[in-house]
Amino acid sequence: MKVSFKVNGKPVATEVEPRTTLSLCLRDNLRLTGTHVGCEHGVCGACTVIVDGDAVRSCLTLAVQMEGCDVVTVEGLSDEAALSPLQAAFRRHNALQCGFCTPGMLTTAHALLSEEPNASVERIREVLSGNLCRCTGYLPIVEAVLDARAAYGGPAYQPADAGHGASHASAGAAR
Amino acid sequence: MKPPQFEYAAPASLSEALALLTASDGEAKPLAGGQSLMPVLAFRLASPSLLVDLRHIPGLDRIEVGADGVRLGAKVRWRDIERDTRLATALPPLAEAIGHVAHYQIRNRGTVGGSLAHADPAAELPGIAVACDAMIEIASSRGTRKVAAADFFEGALTTVLASDELITAIAFPAWPAGRVSAFEELARRHGDFAMAGTAVWFDVDRLGHASNTHIGVIGASDRPRRLHAAEAVLNGKPADATSIAAAARAAAQAVDPADDLHASAAYRRNLIEVLVERALTRASKQADSAVKGSH
Repeated sequence: MKVSFKVNGKPVATEVEPRTTLSLCLRDNLRLTGTHVGCEHGVCGACTVIVDGDAVRSCLTLAVQMEGCDVVTVEGLSDEAALSPLQAAFRRHNALQCGFCTPGMLTTAHALLSEEPNASVERIREVLSGNLCRCTGYLPIVEAVLDARAAYGGPAYQPADAGHGASHASAGAAR
Repeated sequence: MKPPQFEYAAPASLSEALALLTASDGEAKPLAGGQSLMPVLAFRLASPSLLVDLRHIPGLDRIEVGADGVRLGAKVRWRDIERDTRLATALPPLAEAIGHVAHYQIRNRGTVGGSLAHADPAAELPGIAVACDAMIEIASSRGTRKVAAADFFEGALTTVLASDELITAIAFPAWPAGRVSAFEELARRHGDFAMAGTAVWFDVDRLGHASNTHIGVIGASDRPRRLHAAEAVLNGKPADATSIAAAARAAAQAVDPADDLHASAAYRRNLIEVLVERALTRASKQADSAVKGSH
């Protein structure tokens, strides 16, 4: 079947079998290999992309369901010249080691902060609980997302002291 | 893990979708958010020959709140429920349970109809449906029917839905002011399926006694169910620590949980007692403050 949608602002049209997941369509048909495929059944969050503004799991979405949709992948978060503020915050906080989960963490956090720039540390933790990371222990990722809030119009960064749990959260819940 | 091969159709109307289901002679599956169906396909637990995508069908994505209760269209997503502030008073158990349903990304696509049709014994919405006496509205080319949630679930991943039928909505009876409720569950990771959970509610009469008690449980047998024996223990008594503890004990005796990877049957039985006690205690505190507030 032919399917036409937008990826990172550009219209694309490609031929897929109905069973082709969005994750494999992005990687194999469109050669956008930034989207990582981990568990392929909706548990790990590595394949998260943004569809019409919502973070979704591209392994639980069929490519043919994307007809007319607007898809943003990790490649669309910055131009090739410079890191986005969110990506730069990940780098600053050492919020990645092997990097496998990072595209999903970035797309998830970008979708969250685009809608909720004041997201509290509890909200950030809750949202990221759907993304598995086996390297960092999550604390630097939470800090990086907190740090990036300002770039989305949220509060200036103050460390959450995340190592001591969510009770030290900064204010500003936007839920 | 690639899904098996299938054909795909995205009809523009409900009648067209129902005609496709009828014509496929049991070989088709409806697709809404896909958040339960896609893993089933990835594991090849099902291999339908046709997926009927409901994305273009109008009118199934509304949340209606009125004097006769709450009605959720089959395509209402978790995030739509999460963001509808009316539900906190119109259907408090649902508003509370929704925070436990799946993860952020899945809540953006997963639907009410999909969860009901999938019928996971540990899923929250089927539990809320049974605990809150909901009616499930079903359509097929043969007509429409309504089935009480208590009769809808037949076992793990099994419902009374025929292969040519589609869930169109779920309707909950009106929630009177003064009714108290609570939802509790325990999962290994927030957003995962519950090891066990409970939704409880009751009314408080003029003497301060509980009546019309409903105790629904998930993850405690092959389907969501109410525990009538435990409800009877609380009815007609003040909702104090003694009667709550007795009801929770009766709840643990009334369930028949299974052993699995996540928890043993004995652990689950104990968990039901703890969660029912917690939920009833929390609900009873709402009753206390309502009584005090009326003086």
